[in-house]
Amino acid sequence: MSFLRAVALVARKDLLSELRSREQAVTLFFFALLVLVVFNFAFDFTVIEFVSLGPGILWVAFIFSGVLALSHSFQIEREKDRILGILMSPIDRSAFYLGKVLATSLFMAAVEAVIVPVSVLMFNYRFSGRIGAAILVFVLNTVGFAAVGTLFSAMTTRTRRGELLLPLLLFPAAVPIALAAVKTTSHVLAGRPFRLYASWVALTSAYDVIFLAAAVLLFDSVLEE
Amino acid sequence: MERPSSTFAQALLFVLLLALFPACLYMVFAVVPTEQKMGVVQRIFYFHVPSAFMAFAGVGACAVFSAFYLWTRDLRYDVVAHAAAELGVVFCTIVLVTGPIWARPVWGVWWTGEVRLTSTLVLWLIYVGYLALRENAENREQAARWGAVVGIVGALDVPIIYKSVEWWRGLHPKVLKMSGGGGLEPSMEKALLLCSLTFLLLFIYLLMQRCQLGRLQIEIESLAHAARRPAASPAAPPSRGARA
Repeated sequence: MSFLRAVALVARKDLLSELRSREQAVTLFFFALLVLVVFNFAFDFTVIEFVSLGPGILWVAFIFSGVLALSHSFQIEREKDRILGILMSPIDRSAFYLGKVLATSLFMAAVEAVIVPVSVLMFNYRFSGRIGAAILVFVLNTVGFAAVGTLFSAMTTRTRRGELLLPLLLFPAAVPIALAAVKTTSHVLAGRPFRLYASWVALTSAYDVIFLAAAVLLFDSVLEE
Repeated sequence: MERPSSTFAQALLFVLLLALFPACLYMVFAVVPTEQKMGVVQRIFYFHVPSAFMAFAGVGACAVFSAFYLWTRDLRYDVVAHAAAELGVVFCTIVLVTGPIWARPVWGVWWTGEVRLTSTLVLWLIYVGYLALRENAENREQAARWGAVVGIVGALDVPIIYKSVEWWRGLHPKVLKMSGGGGLEPSMEKALLLCSLTFLLLFIYLLMQRCQLGRLQIEIESLAHAARRPAASPAAPPSRGARA
């Protein structure tokens, strides 16, 4: 079995089980929406421009719901020791890791694809940017967050205090992603030219490559029993 | 058992530190002139900056020994990595406490979004997470593996965090130039050097102590493990009385 096929199979397994159980899609979506609603009360958007606070609010929503998705991703493997099946199957551990990153990124992307238009409506914003640039920025940041998050979640979900430990480890490590995501999103929403945030896109790409590579090398030592 | 050479080195370091710390205090409070603009509070600089050096030494040593551990699976390397991370957190805490004490009279604020402050805080949070994760591992070997993973990822993250925070603030204000000895008076430079050396020796001394403690912990665990085993199986040889 080729490596890429193994990656796709692991991601497919997670997506299929989600499609059949619909365990988390609804939770993730409503959780993200709830964050928007809370901020809608916290700040008066009749006086504050959406572009100045909106990107931060959006990414708080995505990072919080992303943590839920990441915990869930390995919790389902722990139930009934499903992970043993994966570990005994003839696929590479790093393929398992990348499949998990892919699945989590897709879950987060699905939430983002719904929440961003909803927020534009909710805060009466007139979007004038380019869709292509927006997709690039959201994909790069989501993958970076999922890359580090999946590595950490594979460890923290095995502990009793997993739900507390994951954000404790992940939020500081994902600070570059949080900053880059908010900056690039505000440029994209305002429809500014790409060269203004090209260096941020480069930073996010570097983060993605460095941590995907590091995690592929380190993931064997995370799941070693 | 500890090697006698290691015990001797620790005793020597301890005596050296007993002499060096009063020397540092003398240099900082009696020899070095008071900084013109910042006044007497600037003297915290001689403890703040060496602590920052040691915080980075701790993080760096943690990453290097984590990699050694993953490579060799020798728990002795993990003991060093764990000890280095703990010391990194301790010295980072000193940096985060002394920084605002210095900043308040000089900059007029306790805290700003300045890049070094913010990235030091994030660094501290990552290694607090490292220690918390280790505490929650199921066993010694798992703690070592997980710690090594976080230790390496955390060290890789440090330059990226610094860069991102720097860009976030736009052109960050150089409120205070502390890098390089260019702007420092010769006696100030000497005091900084002496304090840095003293903190380095303190770091090494504490690292040796902590590693010794870590090795003893492993030894106790393995002894307890060995003592528990014969009790579990009734067919064990009757050597329990001798061991007790």
